[in-house]
Amino acid sequence: MSVIYAENLTKRFGNFTAVNCITFSVERGEIFGFLGANGAGKTTAMRVLCGLSKPTSGRCVVAGYDVARETEKVKRSIGYMSQKFSLYEDLKVWENIRLFAGIYGMGDKMIALKTEQTLTHLGFEAERNTLVKALPLGWKQKLAFSVAIFHEPEVVFLDEPTGGVDPATRRKFWEMIYQAAERGITVFVTTHYMDEAEYCNRVSIMVDGRIEALNTPKNLRQRLNAPNMDAVFQRLVQAS
Amino acid sequence: MSTENIATISCRQLSKRYGKVEALRNASFEVGRGEIFGCIGPDGSGKSTLFRILTTLLRADSGGATVEGLDVVKDYHAIRNRLGYMPGRFSLYQDLSVEENLNFFASIFNVTIRENYPLIRDIYRQLEPFKSRRAGKLSGGMKQKLALCCALIHKPSVLLLDEPTTGVDPISRKEFWDILAQLRRQDITIVVSTPYMDEALRCDRIALMREGAVLKIETPERIISQFPQTLWSVQGDPMYKLLTDLRRHEDIISSYAFGDAHHATVRSERITPLQLEENLKMLGYLNVEVKKIQPTIEDCYIAMIND
Repeated sequence: MSVIYAENLTKRFGNFTAVNCITFSVERGEIFGFLGANGAGKTTAMRVLCGLSKPTSGRCVVAGYDVARETEKVKRSIGYMSQKFSLYEDLKVWENIRLFAGIYGMGDKMIALKTEQTLTHLGFEAERNTLVKALPLGWKQKLAFSVAIFHEPEVVFLDEPTGGVDPATRRKFWEMIYQAAERGITVFVTTHYMDEAEYCNRVSIMVDGRIEALNTPKNLRQRLNAPNMDAVFQRLVQAS
Repeated sequence: MSTENIATISCRQLSKRYGKVEALRNASFEVGRGEIFGCIGPDGSGKSTLFRILTTLLRADSGGATVEGLDVVKDYHAIRNRLGYMPGRFSLYQDLSVEENLNFFASIFNVTIRENYPLIRDIYRQLEPFKSRRAGKLSGGMKQKLALCCALIHKPSVLLLDEPTTGVDPISRKEFWDILAQLRRQDITIVVSTPYMDEALRCDRIALMREGAVLKIETPERIISQFPQTLWSVQGDPMYKLLTDLRRHEDIISSYAFGDAHHATVRSERITPLQLEENLKMLGYLNVEVKKIQPTIEDCYIAMIND
């Protein structure tokens, strides 16, 4: 069953077409990698799918709701970790959790229970009262991800969650992604690390607003006769 | 290393503390002229603190450093004319255009774009089609190229680049490093930090840093050749469950995801790849393949961090 479905999705800003008539679907529990060069339209497409930006034309359905007509229902069913901002730096760890859980309408008892679970799972018990700005980047990203899935959304959108994160910490982050996917949360993720593309069930590669390729990493490597996803990416993007 | 044996940058026992946190602990190293020197380490390992001390923006608590023979405290003013710096966070003026930013930085250093144009020509050509676009509206790769132009416009002899390619796509990253290689040929000394291990490989030497300390300084080739363990690549479906089972295996020391396979360091005196394959098939894994491989720089990094 598709959890995300986009049909001829287009987004223009003035004369500039950021997303050009893309069609694809993502299945429940899938880890879907949304790749592309800087400026290819990934963040724009993701913002449309999250209901943060209206499509110029085309249709998308996320978690069973039409993004243009049932925007608020879409927002309740998803989690979103943005590239630029995901947590309030001047709030403590527990305050950030409390704030986002409250926004999603969770009850106090549930919030208290899940806060403990989350802090234990992250090994953050001692950081409960730490201001988020004092956390190392890798910790912040792990916390931001936990907050994005705290209300058990059907889909979580992650916009470059591991940007600037070192190789060891990136791997810990990806283990959290795997765990979420095993619980049935669909993961829609962008990254510039091509080894991370291999961790996805399927990936799409966007070039100038269009989806140039969409398949499993293995099939893409075979089709382009490339040793790894980095080579797949170079070939597809440079060909255009 | 330096051809003249004169260090362009020299750090002696640099330490810096923020409250309880020891951001930098007795860091000592030298960088030769025309060298690309990489600082590699997790967040909080002291890289940005080191850059801020070398750029004269922050004073060390103890120890000292010189850049081009000039002291970072006494001669801070003279050093600033010799240095180009790209901070970790994009710090050009978002509301100024590409051209305005470049003009601005040129005027601060009392130079004109024209007199130093040859140094930035190859990069600026790529930016020229967007020269009237506001910096804030550029793509990630273009922003970083503009920042590099601005850092170069006063013709510095030393460049300090704090994670210049974070958030930049793989193609733009390669272009960026091709530019660094060209600058190196013009004898510009470059100190650069990066979370991308393919970039670490393009440095002449790298300093591996952790919790404020420099653990090791070596060429990438020697770091790889000194990898102390036996490394195997392990494939099998389902991949994530495989990782958890590998970690439970008594003959495996550590294992972690690595693109389309997992990498495992093993007690090779106790098990062969074929035996592990059989073990995994018995556990129900499909498409199992285990083979001995040569480590990459990323394996070395992970081994160091987990040490």
